[in-house]
Formats: sequence, C-alpha cells, structure tokens
Amino acid sequence: MLEIVDLHVSVGGTPILKGLDLRVPRGEVHAIMGPNGAGKSTLAYVLAGKEGYERTRGDIRWDGKDLLSLAPEQRAIAGIFLAFQYPVEIPGVNNAYFLRTAVNLKRKARGEPELDAVEFLRAARERLRLIGSDDGLLQRGLNEGFSGGEKKRNEILQMLMLEPELAILDETDSGLDIDALRLVASGVNALRSPERAFLVITHYQRLLEHIVPDRVHVLAEGRIVASGGPDLAQRLEREGYGWLAERRRASEALG
Amino acid sequence: MSNREIHDRLARRYEHGFETAIETDIVPPGLDESVIRLISEKKEEPEWLTEWRLKAYRHWLSMEEPRWAKLRIEPIDYQAISYYAAPQQKKRPRSLEEVDPKLLQTFERLGVPLHERARLAGVAVDAVFDSVSVATTFKEELAAAGVIFCSFSEAVREHPELVRKYLGTVVPYTDNFFAALNSAVFSDGSFVYVPKGVRCPLELSTYFRINARDTGQFERTLIICEEGAYVSYLEGCTAPMRDENQLHAAVVELIALDEAEIKYSTVQNWYPGDEEGRGGIYNFVTKRGDCRGRRSRISWTQVETGSAITWKYPSCILRGEESSGEFHSVALTHHRQQADTGTKMIHIGKRTRSKIVSKGISAGHGQNTYRGLVRVLPTAEGARNHTQCDSLLIGSHCGAHTFPYIEVRNPTAIVEHEATTSRISEEQLFYCRSRGIDEENAVALIVDGFCRQVFKELPMEFAIEAKKLLELSLEGAVG
Ligand SMILES: Nc1ncnc2c1ncn2[C@@H]1O[C@H](COP(=O)(O)OP(=O)(O)OP(=O)(O)O)[C@@H](O)[C@H]1O
Ligand SMILES: [Mg+2]
Repeated sequence: MLEIVDLHVSVGGTPILKGLDLRVPRGEVHAIMGPNGAGKSTLAYVLAGKEGYERTRGDIRWDGKDLLSLAPEQRAIAGIFLAFQYPVEIPGVNNAYFLRTAVNLKRKARGEPELDAVEFLRAARERLRLIGSDDGLLQRGLNEGFSGGEKKRNEILQMLMLEPELAILDETDSGLDIDALRLVASGVNALRSPERAFLVITHYQRLLEHIVPDRVHVLAEGRIVASGGPDLAQRLEREGYGWLAERRRASEALG
Repeated sequence: MSNREIHDRLARRYEHGFETAIETDIVPPGLDESVIRLISEKKEEPEWLTEWRLKAYRHWLSMEEPRWAKLRIEPIDYQAISYYAAPQQKKRPRSLEEVDPKLLQTFERLGVPLHERARLAGVAVDAVFDSVSVATTFKEELAAAGVIFCSFSEAVREHPELVRKYLGTVVPYTDNFFAALNSAVFSDGSFVYVPKGVRCPLELSTYFRINARDTGQFERTLIICEEGAYVSYLEGCTAPMRDENQLHAAVVELIALDEAEIKYSTVQNWYPGDEEGRGGIYNFVTKRGDCRGRRSRISWTQVETGSAITWKYPSCILRGEESSGEFHSVALTHHRQQADTGTKMIHIGKRTRSKIVSKGISAGHGQNTYRGLVRVLPTAEGARNHTQCDSLLIGSHCGAHTFPYIEVRNPTAIVEHEATTSRISEEQLFYCRSRGIDEENAVALIVDGFCRQVFKELPMEFAIEAKKLLELSLEGAVG
C-alpha cells in the first residue's frame, strides 16, 4: 500500500505540492488527472526520488516503510518504477544491455539467478510481442533518436521486464497512436495483479477506457481536490476542470 | 576509513601498482656518448647502429624541449635518469624455461600469462620488462606463416638488413626532441615483419612494463607490412605506483606497402599519479605510420587512461594513391592528469582518405586537449577527411579543449570537422538510478556508451579490458 500524507514539496524554493493526501492499496489502479502545471510529474518524481525535490512537510510510506529515506536505485530494487513523461536519451548505451543490467540487478537483490543475453532476449521478445513492437529498438542506443511513441513503448517494455510492485505511468499515452495506445494498455493490464499498485497519470479519458481504474483523482494546485470512480474521468472529459474550481470556491465561501 | 581500507581502494584503482623485487642491471643516471656506447655494447649491436645512435645524440644536444602548449610540466632533468635497466639474467634465455620465474609471475599478475598452457588464445605476446624483452610467445606458429615477430634487439641480431632498411625512415632522428632522444638511447621494443600477401594468423601484442626506479623507458617499435599483407597489433602498458615521475619516450614506425593493412591499437594504463598529482608517467611518444603503397591502410586505435602527462599524436602519411588513414581515440583524464593528444593526417597521394574519431573524457581536475592536423598537399587530388571530436565533462573543475588545424592546398579536397562537448546530465543519472543502477555504475555505463564507436575498433578481449579500465579510472568521479 502506498500512503501519502499531507505531502508538501518545493522545487528551487517554490512550493509545488501543498498538502497532498493519497492512498493506493496493492491490487488497485488509480488515475491522476489535472491541469497542466498542477504538480502531477512532481509527484511522480518525488516518488521515484529525483534530486532537487524537497519535502518540507508530510510523509510517503510504501508498505509502512519511509520511502523518502531510500536512494532512487534502492526504490527501484524495492519495486518502484516510473515510466517517464520525457525519457532521456543516453547515446551509445545499448538498449538491451541497459535493460538487462537493470533486470539483473533486481534479480540479484531478490536472490534469483541472473539472465544471460540469450534468456534476456527471449523474455524481452515475448514482452515486445505483447505491446506490438518488433525487437528493432533493442539493439539501438537507449532512446537515441527514438520517436515520441517509441520512447513510450520502451518505457512500457522496461516496466514489463522489471515487473514492479508500484508502477507510476506519467502520461505514457501522450504521443501514442490509437493502435499503440490499445497495445500499451493491454501491456499494463497484463501486469495487473493483486500484488501490484498502479498510479496512472493522464490527461485523457481514452486511456482509462482501456485501463479501467479503481479510483480517479484530480490533482490541482498541488493537492488532490476530488476523487471518484471512473465516471469522474468521464465528467472531466466532458466539462473540463472549471466546475471543480467553482465548487472549491463555493465551499471556501461557506467557510 | 582505516588505513587498510584506503590501501585497498587505492590498490583497486590502480591494480598494477606493485613492484617486482628483482636484481637489476642498471646503468648509473646520466647521459653522454659513453653511456650510448655502453647501451649499444650491452645489446651487441653492429657498428652502423652505434653510429646512428651517436648521430641522433649529437643532434638531440642541439635541440630544445618542445614548449608545452596546453600542459603544465615540471622540468625534466635528463642527467638524473638512468637510460638502461634490465633484469639480471646469467645469459640470454633461449626458451621460457630459462626465464626468471619472478618475471613470468609479474606478467601473469598483470593478466599476460606467457606459459604455453595459459597463453591468451589467438594472441602472440612480446613481454618487455624495463629495457628488455623477456619473452615472445607463438614464435614458431608465426614463423610458419613467414611472419617475424620478435624483440627489437633480436631483430637487430637476426634480421639486420631489414632493420637497417627501414629504421628511421618514418620517424627520422631529427624529427623532434623526444624522437632524437629515443633514437640515441632506445632499449628494446617489438619488431614485426609480414611478408608479401600474408595475412598474419594471430593478433600480435606487446606488453610494456616499467619496474625499475629512476629509469626511463625508451622503446622502439617497427612494423612492416609488405604488399597485400595484413596485421593487427596491440600494445599495453603499466608501471608501479611511485611518487616520482618517470619518463617514457617511445617511437613507433609503421610501414604499409601496396594494398597492405596495419591496425595498431594501444591500451595505455601507465601509472597516472595520485589525486594530488604526485608521481605518474610522462608519456611522450612519437607514433607515425607511412602508407607508402597505393591503397594501403593504417588505422590507429588508442585508449589512454594512464600517465600523469600524455603527449602523443599518432599520425599517418598518406603517400600512396587511394591510401587511407584512421585514428580512433579515447583519452581520459582524472584527478590532475593532463593529456594533449590527437593525430596528424598528411594527404600526399591522390584520392587519399582519412577519418578521425576522438573521444575525450575529463573528470576531477583533469585537462584534456585534442590537437589534430589535417594537411592536404597540392598533389592530393580528391582527398577527403572526416573528423569527429567529442568531449565529455564530469564535474565542474575539469577542462576540454579542441585545436583542429586544417591546411588544404588542393581545391578538390573535402575536409569536414564536427565537434561536440557535453556533460553527463542529472537527467541521465536519475534515469539510470530509477532503474536500479547506482551512480558510479551509471557513470561507467554512460561513458562506455560515449566511447562505443572507438571500442568497437578494438579486438574483443581488449575492448572488455578497456571498458574495465575506464570504470576503474573513473572511480570516485561523481558524488
Ligand atoms: N525545476 C523546476 N523549477 C521551478 N519550477 C518547476 C520545476 N519543475 C517543475 N516546476 C513547476 O512546478 C509546477 C508543476 O510541474 P509538473 O511538471 O509537476 O506539472 P504537471 O502536472 O506534470 O504538468 P503537465 O500536465 O503539463 O505535465 C509547474 O508550474 C512547473 O513549472
Ligand atoms: Mg507532467
């Protein structure tokens, strides 16, 4: 279970998250929506452990353990995975080699035997088939010259190989064509299990038609301002975020 | 950290820093004509070679040390150096059984086993310890193919006509200060001769080890590929950790006749000095390849991680029509290391081609300079050059500098130059860490990616070695 309590985070001295509360039990998929600049990626980065994101108040616990005291690589080994909104290019670093390194570090930590190049390739091909990609990407430089959609697929491939316990997908749907979106969604669904929790950040209801969430939250101005079932996403798609702000103003006026 | 831990860490960083306790036949420090005669005598050289050395010495006396463009360097006292050091052996060993076991152990510890049962597969090795060659492996197999691979001293004894014909024809003793010094006092090195039409069946490799204190190493390598012949040659180097600087001034001459091809690779890991810049090797080397024949090819690949100061420009003289020269380089400077390295491509023949790929990595207070000359003479109709020069900076106290010199005197030539400078970004590090790869390994991975283009030019085993070396050399570069 992921538990975020009264989380305040500043970036470069500017408060971005201002009292965010969220609980995601294992086995559930929660979607986070919200206007541009609301702090969604900030939340994702804080969970993954990016430097420069300063917690000024509040707590994040994963299975009751203090997540913020772990280095990013320790979180990864503990089963946290972030599919980046903008995956970075690392020229010359072979994509397959990189992923095999990551997979084997995790296996080693779990006391499982490491995969050799052949076993790895077999496993990776299987996952690639699931998301409708060929293995051309594997032998290229990591994200080097990948198209927007290829980068996103590569993130999903990594997720499928690393089999995280908490997966955070930051706008994995943006930049994907309609077929790719469906395939990527089926990749995520394949990984859904009572053991795993997902936090899916998106702007569009369309993704949530394929990955049906247990809960939908709206993040605005650094806090969760509304939560509901899948129908909340449908209403946001129809009406935008205006009505939420209005509702908030009204409730503030009531005191 | 306890002393023991510190020691362990240092040892891991430069794992070749040990010293071999062995009786050494060493000539007292200092240089004059009698020292040169003594060296020549110890090596039982013919009169013409002694005379050649003396001419070089007299010329050297008239020369001045180069001015160190981008290098900060302590003055070198040439009278304080010993010019000849050899492990003492009763007589010249005829076979491996007669070689002092301590020497064999030294090379074994360096990962270069010389024994028949443990030798590197597919690689013939010439092992040079201080001033002399200890042993050369696979000699019979090579001889069967007609290839001569032996120490320079042996070549002088057994094949004097070849040595005399080619020695100094690519790098004359008048060439530069260090080449002149080397010509006067050179001790040993390797000699390779591949006859017409022969593809050398093994990789050839020389391993240079400096052991004795206060000595210089001045080796001389000569590689000749006759018409249509091919050879791939690799040199590796290490030295013990010491507080004083030691001088290494080598000369390498390559000669490729018609349609011949020479691939020359270097993995240089001389002791670089400590974090504060104490000690380390001064590496001043003249390496030059002469593409004499038409369609001949020479390619230099170098991975330079060691030495306090590196000053070298492996070059190609593209004389033959349609001959081609390549230079692939990774140079890493960490702590207080300085490197000024690059290449010269001299286009003389028609339609000659050259390609330069230089990757400079600077960390700590390291200073890394690429200095390259592309010269196209009026005769070089249709010559082409492509230069790519990339620098990677780790941290904010290091420096990278690029000095491309381009002189084109033929209007049909096409010369292209690309240069980039980048840093390892926080984003890249975080991306790796978020996948479970810690910072040190992430840096190693990113650097390896940066060097990929050069590593793929190396024979497989050496590419792995080079990668490991970079990892070790970069320990502590971040965080
Ligand atoms: N390094 C930074 N320095 C200053 N401000 C920053 C920094 N990073 C993010 N911010 C600001 O924090 C706010 C939240 O950004 P964040 O990327 O979390 O938004 P988001 O909800 O993911 O938006 P989008 O939907 O556009 O992806 C924005 O106003 C952004 O400009
Ligand atoms: Mg975002």
